[in-house]
Amino acid sequence: MDLAFSKEEIAFREEVRAFFRDNVPPETRRKLVEGRHLSKDEMVAWWRILNKKGWGVTHWPKEYGGTGWSSVQHYIFNEELQMYPAPAPLAFGVSMVGPVIYTFGNEQQKKHYLPRIANVDDWWCQGFSEPGSGSDLASLKTKAERKGDKYVINGQKTWTTLAQYADMIFCLCRTDPAAKKQTGISFILVDMKSKGITVRPIQTIDGGYEVNEVFLDDVEVPLENLVGEENKGWDYAKFLLGNERTGIARVGVSKERIRRIKELASKVESGGKPVIQDQGFREKLAAVEIELKALELTQLRVVADEGKHGKGKPNPASSVLKIKGSEIQQTTTELLMEVIGPFAAPYDEHGDDGSNEAMDWTAQIAPSYFNNRKVSIYGGSNEIQRNIITKAVLGL
Amino acid sequence: MDFDLSEEQRLLKESVDGLLSDAYDFDARKKYMAEKGGWSQAIWSKLAEQGLLGLPFAEADGGFGAGAVETMIVMEALGKALLLEPYLPTVVIAGGFLRHGGSAEQKAAHIPAIIDGSKSFAFAQLEKNSRYDLNDVVTSAKKKGAGWVLDGEKFVVINGENADTLLVTARTKGGQRDKNGIGVFLVPSNAKGVARKSYPTQDGLHAADIAFTGVEVGADAAIGDPENALPLIERVVDEARTAMCAEAVGAMDESLKTTVEYLKTRKQFGVPIGSFQTLQHRAADMFVAVEQARSMSMFATMASDFDDARERATAVAAAKVQIGKSAKFVGQQAIQLHGGIGMTQEAKIGHYFKRLTIIENTLGDTDYHLRRVTESGGLV
Repeated sequence: MDLAFSKEEIAFREEVRAFFRDNVPPETRRKLVEGRHLSKDEMVAWWRILNKKGWGVTHWPKEYGGTGWSSVQHYIFNEELQMYPAPAPLAFGVSMVGPVIYTFGNEQQKKHYLPRIANVDDWWCQGFSEPGSGSDLASLKTKAERKGDKYVINGQKTWTTLAQYADMIFCLCRTDPAAKKQTGISFILVDMKSKGITVRPIQTIDGGYEVNEVFLDDVEVPLENLVGEENKGWDYAKFLLGNERTGIARVGVSKERIRRIKELASKVESGGKPVIQDQGFREKLAAVEIELKALELTQLRVVADEGKHGKGKPNPASSVLKIKGSEIQQTTTELLMEVIGPFAAPYDEHGDDGSNEAMDWTAQIAPSYFNNRKVSIYGGSNEIQRNIITKAVLGL
Repeated sequence: MDFDLSEEQRLLKESVDGLLSDAYDFDARKKYMAEKGGWSQAIWSKLAEQGLLGLPFAEADGGFGAGAVETMIVMEALGKALLLEPYLPTVVIAGGFLRHGGSAEQKAAHIPAIIDGSKSFAFAQLEKNSRYDLNDVVTSAKKKGAGWVLDGEKFVVINGENADTLLVTARTKGGQRDKNGIGVFLVPSNAKGVARKSYPTQDGLHAADIAFTGVEVGADAAIGDPENALPLIERVVDEARTAMCAEAVGAMDESLKTTVEYLKTRKQFGVPIGSFQTLQHRAADMFVAVEQARSMSMFATMASDFDDARERATAVAAAKVQIGKSAKFVGQQAIQLHGGIGMTQEAKIGHYFKRLTIIENTLGDTDYHLRRVTESGGLV
């Protein structure tokens, strides 16, 4: 048992850190630090820099452009990325549909889609949730009917993150209406420019536009856009959701935010002295730091253990990562609210289209607090995570 | 970076778990509790036979040269079994003082008797007003010839009744809260002027309040620098805290296991109560709390290798905070999920709850260690 990273791992950390320092556009970094939203062009530009370096799809198999890194190297890369901070690769392509395609797709699909995902030539979004199918995802109703050499898709997807920028959507559709819930679902790739697709933005409580409703009315899709076997889509969806479980703790994001809390709390005064000198505040902050350290260690335990439980059998401790990771992210945004106090109130009418420079960045603190309520809801709500622990770990 | 046990460590874990699962079930424990001073000499001898009492000592001193990870393994097992025997005061604390501060003569005089199980120790540190501050010492040690004379009172000295030798913190100079001028002295428990008042503790151990009145000891009684032993005391106490964190993890593991078992077997409304989602989620939260505690116990254990003493101390303080919070949650929920039966002395779950509760209030509670973390500037 040893906590220290090897010499090679430390050198790797330096290399990654130096690359971010030299290559992340300063404006991109500043906006992230200030909690502002980035434009599509800013994100894509950065991802292409990453891809040019060979770090666009780090965890993919080498034959598809991956790095062949150890799980510790992946951990270091993600932590440095989150702490710098730089935008994380677009999960819908890189972590979700990409692995499904290289694991279950045919040769033609791999050849066509994988390089385009890596270079973000296609911006992907996720067509899973529906108005009536949230936590109970398998109850989804969107259906795809075979008609000649096409599927005809009808239905509605929702909470579709950044669909407004998307070129492609991967959809779970019911292809066998007679089959029981989880069976009879297929995993289909759909061009967002198809006739019959309508994207309607949903404004969230922070005032931003991250998520959308996507309506599919008689959308025609070539049969070749089916991934794997028809009616096996639920298996692929489970595979997708089980991927990349360690990244979800977002330890680096919380570390970066804690530094920001300390910086701001050294400037803002309360009772004639900086907030950081208030014992009550300091204890709250220290309590979060301790929780975060515990989470970091739990994550390292999972990382060090990766693969030892057999493929697809994650370490039981990994279910802790989503719950604690989201709680800590939320607590750090709460502490920022506490520091800024009455100046949390002003609202920046420019919204978050990337041009909202009119007001001080502190106007982003409340939106960030509101927005972060999502992290305990998405990706399998924390209640669903507790169901998973109950069944998979405790055997209840 | 590696969280796996080595082959030897795995074998150690198997052997200590095996020994205790054979010899230390809940009924056996009740019998041991009724023995003199509240623990079993026979079990203590078994621990000695298996080499567990000699683990951390250097091979040159007759031990096995094991490190913090081995202590963690043993303490977790002891926590699972709710062990009554004085491993912490004897092997971890007295052993720590001897290893880190003892002279060659002191080591030769005391370590063999720890290893073979013939002697046990107690740490007489707490005073009426010292609470958790190790530098708050009124008990005095005054020079007399080449030796020392001790006067003062110590409280809640675990294993104080049975201990052959006491490790006593005492002030050799300066004021009550000065960091300088504190020494640690080896005092035979039968020395003239030592008066012990023994009693059981809430968690089933035995402790004593001990008065020292003109107790004379030789020059060789002082471990380390009698005028500046606080750094030594802090180091050993941090090792004890780390060991207690591991003990708590063992106790929490067992509490969760026992509770989940109960949820599966107890029926109400015609079904196992573990089928109710409210209770399932409570148990899931207990699991989260235990895993976070385990991570911090490992962190404190591995921090014993850190070069920077302040970082080391901060790691231990942070671990004690996490363990305190997790232990409180796990202990309370274990009782709640057991319902009425959890309130009874006959059910073992309540005894885990009590031990976890007292661990939180020993050698610095959650608030105390949280303050230490804030004073160190934090962890990020």
